[in-house]
Amino acid sequence: MAQTMSGARILMECLQREGVEVIFGYPGGVTLPLYDAMYEGAIRHILVRHEENACFMASGYARSTGKVGVACATSGPGATNLVTGLVDCMMDSIPVVALTGQVSSKLIGSDAFQEADTFGITRSATKHNYLVKDIKDLASVIHEAFYLASTGRPGPVLVDITKDVLQGQAHYQPVHAIHLPGYKLVTEGHAGQIRRAAQMMWEASRPYVYAGGGIIASGAHEELRELVETLDAPTVLTLMGLGALPGNHPNFISMPGMHGSYAANMGMYECDLLIALGVRFDDRVTGRLASFAPHAKVIHVDIDPAEIGKNRAADLPIVGDAKKVLTKLVRVLKETAPEMKPLREKERREWWNQIRAWQEEHPLKPVFSADEIKPQHLMVEIDRISNGRAIVSVDVGQHQMWAAQFIRFDRPRTWLSSSGLGSMGFGLPAAIGAQVAHPDALVIAIVGDGGFQMSIPELSTIANQGLPVKVIIMNNGYLGMVRQWQDLFYQNRLSAVQIEAFPNIEKLADAYGIRGRIVEKPSELRPALEDAIRHPGPVLVDVRVSPFENVYPMVPAGAAINEMVLAPPRPVEVPA
Amino acid sequence: MLMTISVLMENKPGALMRVTGLLSQRGYNIESLTVARTLDPSLSRMTICVDVEPRLRPLLIKQIHRLVNVLQAADLTEAPAVIREMVLVRIRTSLDNRTAILKEAEIFGARVVDSSVEGFALEASGDPEKLEEFIAVMETYGEIEVTRSGLVAVSLEPKRLKLAPPIPRAHPQSEPAHTR
Repeated sequence: MAQTMSGARILMECLQREGVEVIFGYPGGVTLPLYDAMYEGAIRHILVRHEENACFMASGYARSTGKVGVACATSGPGATNLVTGLVDCMMDSIPVVALTGQVSSKLIGSDAFQEADTFGITRSATKHNYLVKDIKDLASVIHEAFYLASTGRPGPVLVDITKDVLQGQAHYQPVHAIHLPGYKLVTEGHAGQIRRAAQMMWEASRPYVYAGGGIIASGAHEELRELVETLDAPTVLTLMGLGALPGNHPNFISMPGMHGSYAANMGMYECDLLIALGVRFDDRVTGRLASFAPHAKVIHVDIDPAEIGKNRAADLPIVGDAKKVLTKLVRVLKETAPEMKPLREKERREWWNQIRAWQEEHPLKPVFSADEIKPQHLMVEIDRISNGRAIVSVDVGQHQMWAAQFIRFDRPRTWLSSSGLGSMGFGLPAAIGAQVAHPDALVIAIVGDGGFQMSIPELSTIANQGLPVKVIIMNNGYLGMVRQWQDLFYQNRLSAVQIEAFPNIEKLADAYGIRGRIVEKPSELRPALEDAIRHPGPVLVDVRVSPFENVYPMVPAGAAINEMVLAPPRPVEVPA
Repeated sequence: MLMTISVLMENKPGALMRVTGLLSQRGYNIESLTVARTLDPSLSRMTICVDVEPRLRPLLIKQIHRLVNVLQAADLTEAPAVIREMVLVRIRTSLDNRTAILKEAEIFGARVVDSSVEGFALEASGDPEKLEEFIAVMETYGEIEVTRSGLVAVSLEPKRLKLAPPIPRAHPQSEPAHTR
């Protein structure tokens, strides 16, 4: 039944049809009609304090649920502030729809107040973007945006809507079909390739599973576990993939790459079959490409054909959705197991022995001290408190790597990290997005003293919304990762990395009406964290850690994955 | 090495920018670009000539293909294809040279599109290398001004155009992305 509605109401109607529960946004001049349509509160709106954080919150919401996150901003500065968040979603393949207002179509190109070329600026920051200048296009564009964001390789989609479209009136009829003739998805996976892949897996002496964000995006974690167990293959998970296999699973080695464990990287180097599932051979994983997995044949499963062979040629490519491909792959593996499994049993046993030996030789060992809190100690305590159940979001830098090394994730979508873009200021707003989606979950934001200061405004959002986010600041007084590189590669000439005049967190928290605490002694750490978790509301904990700790192991930029710098020898004390 | 790419895309605002943006963000310099709508006015055909390292060519095609508005992208550099270009040459010349110029033009299959006391305007089309020669020859007769159209190409391999079918959007979608 067609009825006359304003563009803003049509937009709200479409959002409701897409099942949108919450919008993270900030209003402005040209989005006035939209905010008027929101007045009745059909969809919850979270008023952020900066648009960049609206996008990070939508990202945290999407990462922790798998649903499309929605961010909203006005034209000009509102839209340009979204850009970092969009690129973050682009790099990590996160489904977000960003709605921006644009000046009236008659004013476009006239340098009108708060006009910016949002469509042009976000072209490369999105999977696809739209400029809506005709109200007739609005409904189908909104549905296309959600479809594009959430299918295939997920990603951000921006819809820029002119004020006259939002204000105008049109007959609205629900959209029954959308047309995207050029958007062809290959999801099933080639049956012959899948059979050949199974054959290769049985024939390998040193198979190695390298799985990533694609497993989580497609919800293939159960299928991954079945595959890994059927094959009994050692498995590494990328920064994007943590939680795809339970952290205590016996086949899980750890994260590979620049700060991966010794065993994970040696395994990468020595394997003879690399089973790459939903990964993109990122430079932080591979190190020097020419020496990456030099003895291995590569099976590469990815939904995006453009990822196959991008960085490393695949001996056997399979384009398809990880869940669908792995389901079939597991079926073939199980069928062929009785005949094929004994084939390389001896070699496989030796392979496992080798991996266990590497693990024992150089385990990821936390560092403790009785005098000062070591950052690794902090992560171990957070791990103890989470026990695999918390949703943990991190910022970017040293704390991110230590968290990835020492915190265990048992379920997918419980680890939120700006992995590809490495955007500081992500951790706190992403935690807000996750907490909005999971009001009863324990959500912990681990941030550095640098990144935290990029997100301070959102403490107001936390207080405003009464969100019980636990913000733990790993405070080493430095931009630690940059300091580490200056230490290792620039003769320790520490340039612009010391963070002075860090605010008094107890006073700061107090100013926002939330609980704050400073922790300086190792003995205070556990009680302080336990208290933070017990407290029903939001908490800020400023944990003063030793300033000059470096993250190890480390594959220096440009080095091969087996050329790790291991931790310098130091006494290890285990706390009582 | 110069690469010739043929792209069939939806004739929509911004579609051209998506393709050229993808090239410029990688720092590739576009040597020539032509674009016009096809028999079906909702589609455009684009021929791009761009300097790309040979090993990156397949990746580039896949990345162009990934663009939502792109229906087909093909690397015609070494594929069976006809590649043509058109050039307009204005030549100022003395009276003595006029006959010689016309003769040369005839050899290259060029047409006179304007003639005046000052000289000619000539139109030639064909293989881009042949046009280079034509221009070089014309330069010997006097001061010239050249406008080239850029390459247009047609693949000689039959390729069926596969389009994604319409996608029904009947019901509210609230389930997680991966279940769709």
